[in-house]
Amino acid sequence: MRLTGVELTCQRGERDVFAGVSFAVASGEALTIGGRNGAGKSSLLRMIVGLLHIAAGRLTLEGGDPELSIAEQAHYLGHKDALKGSLSVAENLRFWAGFFGVRLADFREPLETVGLGALARLPAAYLSAGQRRRLSIARLIAVPRPIWLLDEPTSTLDAAAQDRLAELMRAHLAGGGLILAASHGPIGLSGAQQLRLDQTAPSPLVGGSWGGESGGDARASTPARDLTPPATIPSSSGAADE
Amino acid sequence: MALLDLANPSRFLRFANSIIPWLAGVTVLVFAFGIEQAMVAPDDYQQGATVKIMYLHVPSAWLGMLCWGLMSVAALGTLVWRHPLADVTAKAAAPIGAAFTLLCLVTGSLWGRPEWGTYWVWDARLTSELVLFLLYLTVIALWRTVEDPSRAARAVAVLTLVGAVDLPIIKFSVDWWNTLHQGASVFRVGGSTIYPTMLVPLFIMAGAFTLLFATLVLAAMRNEILRRRVRTLQLMQAAAAS
Amino acid sequence: MTPLAALLVRDMRIALRVGGGALMGVLFFLVVVTLIPFAVGPDLALLKRIGPAILWLAALLASLLALDRLFAGDHDDGSLDLILMGRAPLELVVAIKGLAHWLTTGLPLVICAPLIGLLLNLDLPADAALMLTLFVGTPALTFIGLIGAAIAVTLRRGGLLLAVIVLPLTVPILIFGVAAANAAVTGPIPFGTPFTILCALTLASLVVGPFAAAAALRQEME
Repeated sequence: MRLTGVELTCQRGERDVFAGVSFAVASGEALTIGGRNGAGKSSLLRMIVGLLHIAAGRLTLEGGDPELSIAEQAHYLGHKDALKGSLSVAENLRFWAGFFGVRLADFREPLETVGLGALARLPAAYLSAGQRRRLSIARLIAVPRPIWLLDEPTSTLDAAAQDRLAELMRAHLAGGGLILAASHGPIGLSGAQQLRLDQTAPSPLVGGSWGGESGGDARASTPARDLTPPATIPSSSGAADE
Repeated sequence: MALLDLANPSRFLRFANSIIPWLAGVTVLVFAFGIEQAMVAPDDYQQGATVKIMYLHVPSAWLGMLCWGLMSVAALGTLVWRHPLADVTAKAAAPIGAAFTLLCLVTGSLWGRPEWGTYWVWDARLTSELVLFLLYLTVIALWRTVEDPSRAARAVAVLTLVGAVDLPIIKFSVDWWNTLHQGASVFRVGGSTIYPTMLVPLFIMAGAFTLLFATLVLAAMRNEILRRRVRTLQLMQAAAAS
Repeated sequence: MTPLAALLVRDMRIALRVGGGALMGVLFFLVVVTLIPFAVGPDLALLKRIGPAILWLAALLASLLALDRLFAGDHDDGSLDLILMGRAPLELVVAIKGLAHWLTTGLPLVICAPLIGLLLNLDLPADAALMLTLFVGTPALTFIGLIGAAIAVTLRRGGLLLAVIVLPLTVPILIFGVAAANAAVTGPIPFGTPFTILCALTLASLVVGPFAAAAALRQEME
């Protein structure tokens, strides 16, 4: 399976949020999307899911189910948790599992994996922000889908929960899935491809392939990629990549 | 045991647990006696046996108003004296008062139909009693709308005190306006106009209804306290499990 | 559980647990009906004549109540994003949400309407006919309302806009609903004529509503 984006452009109102963004992610690979606030990290993810109109460029998925759209084979973990406070933790999870067509034999398992097993019967309104995030992550485990699109996945999680999430992501990749994650900081996946949305010119792709050395290698992973450095000065947030 | 001693919920629970069975037993006995007395009481010279609906209709009207009076005192307890059990009383009493008021409306409607030719007329007394029923429903809805009971308590207290203005309207409506409903015949200046053979069973039934009301309110208060304890425990459980 | 059944169960659970549940719609219905005699006077003959119209208007306004949170709630907490990523067609999803709304708001009104009809001095045949017309007509009110709810989903103060959009669209239903309820009591038109037209309007709304609302939602989300 391979998800490819070529020369993607996003527009909000009259102006371009980003333009000419390209990437390629294959099974077992991860891509982290970096950039300052407003660079369009969330917009890129929403564009892949189909919640945002693609102004220019192309998005293709090879190897998945040809009958289904990209969104129907993906999970989206956005800023909002999609939880109903008046339902219990278990009811929320069972709803999403049922809605995505999974007959959840034992709903306790995903809850135990994210550490919410003891709180299954509690109203979701009583959960803290981190617990709500973990409940959303439980949804990703309960419903198997190959593509994970994560927007700031570690944002409200403490260190232990972040480690657990990193484990889950590694397991997902090992099982042949792929991950695209937007984040300000490291999310615990070493060797992921990196994509920065800071520059106004087409972003060069920096970084090695999955399973190899940690970042800094400027070798392109496919020959068609444009590696010329941007003509404009990079933004002031610095060129230091994770 | 002074009222203030019962302010402690635990002590109130112990008090309630010990007294409710006795109260329930006495209620059943007084009801049995009252119904027996109502059965042997004489028929009305005009209405015949249908006058016996009076033994249900009048006490339930009195209790509907008494309950709102209790809720008004509880409202003052919440707003002015900050009594810990005040809002518990108000919340527990509301559905019970609504039930008595509904019973009054239905029995009155059935009683009036043969004489008036219709189940309902929009005269002052019936309308003000219907308004009381609507006020009860509004209070119940307000309790359910705000999730945290202690925050709902203040809003409900204000609404209860405002609604209390309906009580004198109900009482004096038959004097102030031309109504189809019969005039005051029990509590009036100059003494009652009902013959003692009917008045005594009426007061016995009123006593039975009052005992029933007391039993139900105490039981409902016990339930409400336990319900709030469960909620607090759930909140603590959610906070502890991180 | 199939995806749509899961959605129906969830929406009904939320509707019954939050904001007073089914009680709110019925209470509003009762309050509106109680207001009328204060305005037009307690003349029972008059109330009997305009009774079906009053009850229909009150049912219409009460149905509008929960509509503005129908999609806005899911939009605000991000559920709508995920619902769009499900494999169920959006039109069916919207129809199921409409069904949940009718079961928790419209159906209680239908059940209480005969009792409230007694307050307006309606006699038994008029009451029964009214209940039947409401049973057939309230789904149409909900499903037309879906369109307004979808259009107003991203707006903060969407409530009034929703009413302004939806109310004119419900006029045909109102006309034939009241006509059928009246025809059952007074001649010369037989009950069946306006009633079958009402049924047709409802069936049409069951199709048009979800399609139009789904189209509006897709527009809003991009």
